[in-house]
Amino acid sequence: MTAGNALVFTVVAFSFLVAAVLAVVPLPQWLLWARPEWIALFVIYWCIALPHRVGIFTALLVGLLLDALEGAVLGQNAFSLSVLALCSLLVYQRLRVFSLWQQCGVVFLLIGLHQLLGQWVQNLEGAGARSLLFLMPAVSSALLWPVILHLLRGTRRYYRIS
Amino acid sequence: MVVCLITADLRFNSLGQTRAVLDNLSAPVIWVADIPASLGAWRDTHIRARGQLLEDNERLRRENLLLQGRSLQMASLQAENTRLRGLLNSTAMLRNDVLVAELIGVSPDPVRHQLVLNKGARDGVYVGQPLIDADGLMGQVIDVSELTSRVLLLTDLTHSLPVQVNRNGIRAIAEGTGSLDALEIQHISATTDIQQGDLLVSSGLGGRFPVGYPVGEVVLVQRDPGQPFARVVARPSAALNRSRHVLLVFVEVPEEPVPAAPES
Repeated sequence: MTAGNALVFTVVAFSFLVAAVLAVVPLPQWLLWARPEWIALFVIYWCIALPHRVGIFTALLVGLLLDALEGAVLGQNAFSLSVLALCSLLVYQRLRVFSLWQQCGVVFLLIGLHQLLGQWVQNLEGAGARSLLFLMPAVSSALLWPVILHLLRGTRRYYRIS
Repeated sequence: MVVCLITADLRFNSLGQTRAVLDNLSAPVIWVADIPASLGAWRDTHIRARGQLLEDNERLRRENLLLQGRSLQMASLQAENTRLRGLLNSTAMLRNDVLVAELIGVSPDPVRHQLVLNKGARDGVYVGQPLIDADGLMGQVIDVSELTSRVLLLTDLTHSLPVQVNRNGIRAIAEGTGSLDALEIQHISATTDIQQGDLLVSSGLGGRFPVGYPVGEVVLVQRDPGQPFARVVARPSAALNRSRHVLLVFVEVPEEPVPAAPES
């Protein structure tokens, strides 16, 4: 039942690549502030599904890539995503048995935390948001969580990764 | 470890190499994300009605004629300008070479006004290089990788540039506000002669931007007697959120001296 390490690596890495593309795809003006945090969602899912394989270190590496993509301060997303991974690793056993809507609530909190940490670093740089709009991605990500969950779970079962 | 990284990047700016490597890694992702937009552009240029093409052709021909007519006197005016400058003992004007680049990515974060261009170190792009479009100054290059470069727009919160009012030469600093259609002009005292509709051009004082490119038009002047400075807001002239083709300006190419007219 267990797949080889190489396969797991490929699937997880490819999913993060897809998330990275989605993270920089141009969006219409009205959606700009509500861009879902694809990478953060994927990190949460993989931490819940494969806590023994995906963890803080993976989140760190992916975060560095995201920093380069966004042109953010190197380490901003690496920092917030590692904290995010840590939190999801702490709650993954509970999260797995939650109902879908409860999971959405937790995802909302986690992504909100991720955004907040990102804002801290941006404020250090002097380029923070001037309103609470920066929390919008938490809402849109929480709403997207069921979709992500089913897609990634389908992928995981298809490739029999565990 | 992450704290070290953030400090190193923010305070000491010492991660240029790392950033370049990461930028090279992220370039393909940005390129893939741009595919739908470039497909759209391809369709616009390749699949068109004949009538529309003819119409375009006609319009461009007219425009070309107009521009040619305007540039007829350019040569003689330029020679005259150089002569007069020679008389005034001032330095020769710099002529600027440009490189056409295409926009392949926009920063996903609404607070950061950054663009990614499809030209990089291989084409000679360097950090600090100014970027213009057909209407005015857009920003400067902040980050160069092998095949792409990253541009900070004028309107980013962390950006400011020296400008002057085209009408009377008053110098000021234009700061980005984080909103794409506003620049704030800082420290204009309440009695300064600046009014709505004034054109702001780059003054070249910072040594980074070339002189004389349009930056923006003043849209609001608010003089509050209680405040030491007037509040002046300008709208950038460049189409910051619409241009897809932009020009990178090389500022360090000095002009060959125009042969002076024979003195009588």
